[in-house]
Amino acid sequence: MTAPPGPVRTQQAPSPARRGAPRALLAAAVATGALACVPLVYLAVRALEAGPGTVVEILARPRTAELLARSALLGGSVTAACLVLGCGLAWLLTRTDLPGRRVWAAVLALPLAVPSYVAGFTWIAEWPGLAGFPGAFLVLTLVSYPYVLLPVAAALLASDGGLEEVARSLGRGPGRVLLTVTLRRVRPTAAAAGLLVALYVLSDFGAVSLMRYETFTLGIFTSYRATFDRTPAAVLGCALVALAAVLTWAEHRARGRAGGWIGRGTPRPPVPARLGGFRPLALLTVAAVAVAALGVPAVSLVRWTLAGTSAGIDWAGLGGAAVATLQVAGLGAVLTTVLAMPVGVLAARYRGRTVTAVETAAYAGHALPGVTIGLALVFVGIRLVPAVYQELPLLLVGYAVLFLPLAVGAVRTAVAAAPVGHEEVARSLGCGRTAAFARVTLPRALPGIAAGAALVFLTVAKELPVTLMLRPTGTDTLAVQLWSHTGAGAFAAAAPYAVVLVVVAAVPSVLLDRAAHR
Amino acid sequence: MPSRRIALAAVAVIAALAPLTACGSSADLTIYSGRNEQLVGGLLEKLEERVGGSVEVRYGGSAELAAQLLEEGDGTDADVFFSQDAGALGALDDAQRLEPLSPAALDAVPAAYRADDGSWVATSARSRVLFYDPRQVPAADLPATLDAVTDPRWRGRIGYAPTNASWQAFVTGVRVLRGEDGARAWLRSFAANQPVRFENNIQILDAVNAGQIALGLSNHYYWYERVAEVGEQAVPARVHYVSGGDPLGLVNVAGAGVIAGTAQPEMARRAVEFLVAPEAQQYFADETAEYPVRAGVTSSRHALKPLDQLQPPDIDLSDLASLQQSLALLQETGLA
Repeated sequence: MTAPPGPVRTQQAPSPARRGAPRALLAAAVATGALACVPLVYLAVRALEAGPGTVVEILARPRTAELLARSALLGGSVTAACLVLGCGLAWLLTRTDLPGRRVWAAVLALPLAVPSYVAGFTWIAEWPGLAGFPGAFLVLTLVSYPYVLLPVAAALLASDGGLEEVARSLGRGPGRVLLTVTLRRVRPTAAAAGLLVALYVLSDFGAVSLMRYETFTLGIFTSYRATFDRTPAAVLGCALVALAAVLTWAEHRARGRAGGWIGRGTPRPPVPARLGGFRPLALLTVAAVAVAALGVPAVSLVRWTLAGTSAGIDWAGLGGAAVATLQVAGLGAVLTTVLAMPVGVLAARYRGRTVTAVETAAYAGHALPGVTIGLALVFVGIRLVPAVYQELPLLLVGYAVLFLPLAVGAVRTAVAAAPVGHEEVARSLGCGRTAAFARVTLPRALPGIAAGAALVFLTVAKELPVTLMLRPTGTDTLAVQLWSHTGAGAFAAAAPYAVVLVVVAAVPSVLLDRAAHR
Repeated sequence: MPSRRIALAAVAVIAALAPLTACGSSADLTIYSGRNEQLVGGLLEKLEERVGGSVEVRYGGSAELAAQLLEEGDGTDADVFFSQDAGALGALDDAQRLEPLSPAALDAVPAAYRADDGSWVATSARSRVLFYDPRQVPAADLPATLDAVTDPRWRGRIGYAPTNASWQAFVTGVRVLRGEDGARAWLRSFAANQPVRFENNIQILDAVNAGQIALGLSNHYYWYERVAEVGEQAVPARVHYVSGGDPLGLVNVAGAGVIAGTAQPEMARRAVEFLVAPEAQQYFADETAEYPVRAGVTSSRHALKPLDQLQPPDIDLSDLASLQQSLALLQETGLA
C-alpha cells in the first residue's frame, strides 16, 4: 500500500492495450472536461461581445504586456523556488538520516493550510518593506512549496533503491547519483507539481494584492472594480487561459518524455544518506522554512487574537462557520474527486489526442482568478439551472470547476502506479473491465486518490470569491467570516477565524503527509 | 484498510450535514449588500422588522455584486442593492437595472445626495481627509489644497491606496473639477512625489500611527473607528479636513437602489425608505462613524466634525460613476 509514486508509471509505457478507451469512460471524461470549459465559454462570450477590434486593442495595450511579464516573472520564480525547496526538503525527509524526520515531515506539510491572504497579511503587517515582488515571491513560495514536497516525498519513498545502488556500484559518487538517478526519476512527479504551483500563482489574488504586486489577476480585479466593464477583464482572462494551456501542454510533454524504465523486482527501501557534517545545516534549513511558513503567521495571529477590545470571541459564530466549512469542503472534495476520476483514469491508462484534450481542458481554467470563475457560473447557472442557483449543488460544481486539476493529477498518478498487468490478469480470468478496475486497481489507487481529495478539501476551505457569489444565503464559511471581519477592520475579531481555518485545513494536511509516508 | 473506513466515515458525516443548508430559504425580500456585515448587519436586522416580511441579505464587495447583478440580469433574486459607493449604483443604472425610487425616499435627503433620475439615494456620507502624524507634521504645516500635497517636502512621505474605491472616486472628483488635463497634470506631479502605495485605508492609518509616513489620503471614519476601538491615547495619528471646496475634501456616499423587475416593489421601496429614515441615519452616525445624509441627525458616540462645516467641493455625485476614464488616467500616470 503505497502512495502515488510518479516515475513508476513509466513501467506501463510499452504495455497497455491500445484498443482505445471504453466508451463510457471516455464519455464521462469528456463530460467533466466540458464542465471545466464552462468558464471559457463565458469568457469568449464576454470578450467578443465588444467585437474583435476591442479584443485586439486590449491585448495590444502596453499595460497588458507589462502585466503578463510580471505574472510570468512571479510564476516562473515561485515555481522554480518551490521545485528546489520542495525536492530538496523531500530528499532530506525521505532519503537522509535527518533527526526527527517524521515530525519535520508533518510540520512542513502544514503551510498548505495557510491561505495566501493570511500569510500575506501577516508578513506585510510585520515587514511593510516587503511590498512588491519580494513579498509576493516569498509568501507564494512559502504557501505553495508543499504542493511539490508532498508528491515528491511520496515518489521518493515508493521508488526502488536498487537503481541507485547499481549506479553507485558502477562508480558514480553520491552527489551524481542524486542528480542523475534519484531526482531524474521524480521528474514527472515534480513537473506535475510544478504545473499546479505555476497555475496557482497565476490565479492568486490574496498575496499579490496585499503585497501590491500587480499581476494579471490583480489587473482583472482592478478592471472589475474600477470600470464595471466585464469585457477587458474577460479578454485578460482569455490570455490567462491561453497561458495555462501552454503550461499544461509543456508539462504534458515533459512528463511523456521522462524515461527510466526499471525492472519489476521487489522494490527495496533505499539506504538513507548520511548527512554527517551537513546535519546542522540541514536542520537549520528545515527549521527556517518551518518558522517562515508557519511561525510568522502563527505569532501574528495569536497576537491579533490577544489584542484589541473587539477580541471577545464569538464561539457560536466560530462553531457555525467551522461546520459550514467542513461541510462545503467535504462535499466539494467528494464531488471534485468523483468528477476527476474518469479524466484521471483516462490520462493514466490511455494516450491520444482526445485524452490530451480532455486533460488540458480540466487544467485550463485553473489559472483564472476565482472572481472570473464565479461570474461565469453566475452567468450560466442562473440561465440553465435557476432551481439550484445560489444553492449548495451549484456551489459544489463551482468548487469542482476551480479545483479539478488537484484531483485529476492525484487520480492519474495513483491509477498509473497500480500495475495494469494485474488488471489484465483479472480480465483473463473472466472478470469484466469495470469489475477488474474496481476490484484490482481501485483498492491500490485509493490512498493516492484520497490524498487528492484531501488536497481539494483544504483548498476549498480557503476559497472566497466563488463562495461569496454562489453560497446558499447564510452559509458563512470561515473564509467568508474572515473576509467580513477584516473588511470592517476588526482584525482582532478576525484572527480566531483565521486560526480555526488553519486548523481545519491542517487536518487533511496531516492525512496527506500520513498517506505519503505509509 | 483504515483509510477507506475513515473516508467512508467522513462521507457519511458530510452527507448527514448536507440537509442543514440544502433547504433553500425563500425570503420575501433579498438584499445584495456591498456594505460589510459587521458594519450594517445590525441595521439590516432592524430593517427586517420594519418592512413587514422576511429579509435575506447576501454580502459581497460592491463591485463584485454589481458585476454579479449585471450577469444575473432578469433572473436575479435580488430586490435591493445596498452599495458602498455611488459608482456601482451608477453602473447598474446605466444598464437600466434600477427602478425609480419613491418620493418619500428621495425627498428625505438633499438633492446632492440622490441620483438625478431618482434611481438611487445616498444613505450615508464619508469625507476624504488626510491622516497625519503630529510627531512629524505640526498642524500649521498641513497641506491646505490639492496642490500642496505635491510639494517636495512630502516626497516619499504620503500614503495612498490605489485599489481602494474611495481613492478612485477621489481621482474622478479631481477630473470632474479640473478637467482631464488638469487631473493628468496633478497626478503626474503626485506620482513624481513618490507616494507610498497601500492595500487599504486601514494600512495607511497603521503606517501613519507607526510614523512610517507623515500623511495619508483616506476616508474619515477609519480614524474614528480605531479611536472607538483602542482609545484616542493609543492612536498617534490625527485627522485633517481640507476645506474650501478643495478636491481633497471630497464627500462621497454609500447608497441604495431597487433592482428592476423586482417581485416585491412595495417592500423594496420600504426598505430603501427605512435606510434614509431617522432610525437608520442615527445608526450610521453612531455605529459606523459616517455622516447621516438626513438633516437633524448627529452622532452620539463619535466627535465628528459636522457635515455642514466640511465645505466639500461642489460636485454631482452621479459624475463619480465615470470611473473608466479615471482608471485610464491612473494607468497612464503609473498610479493604478
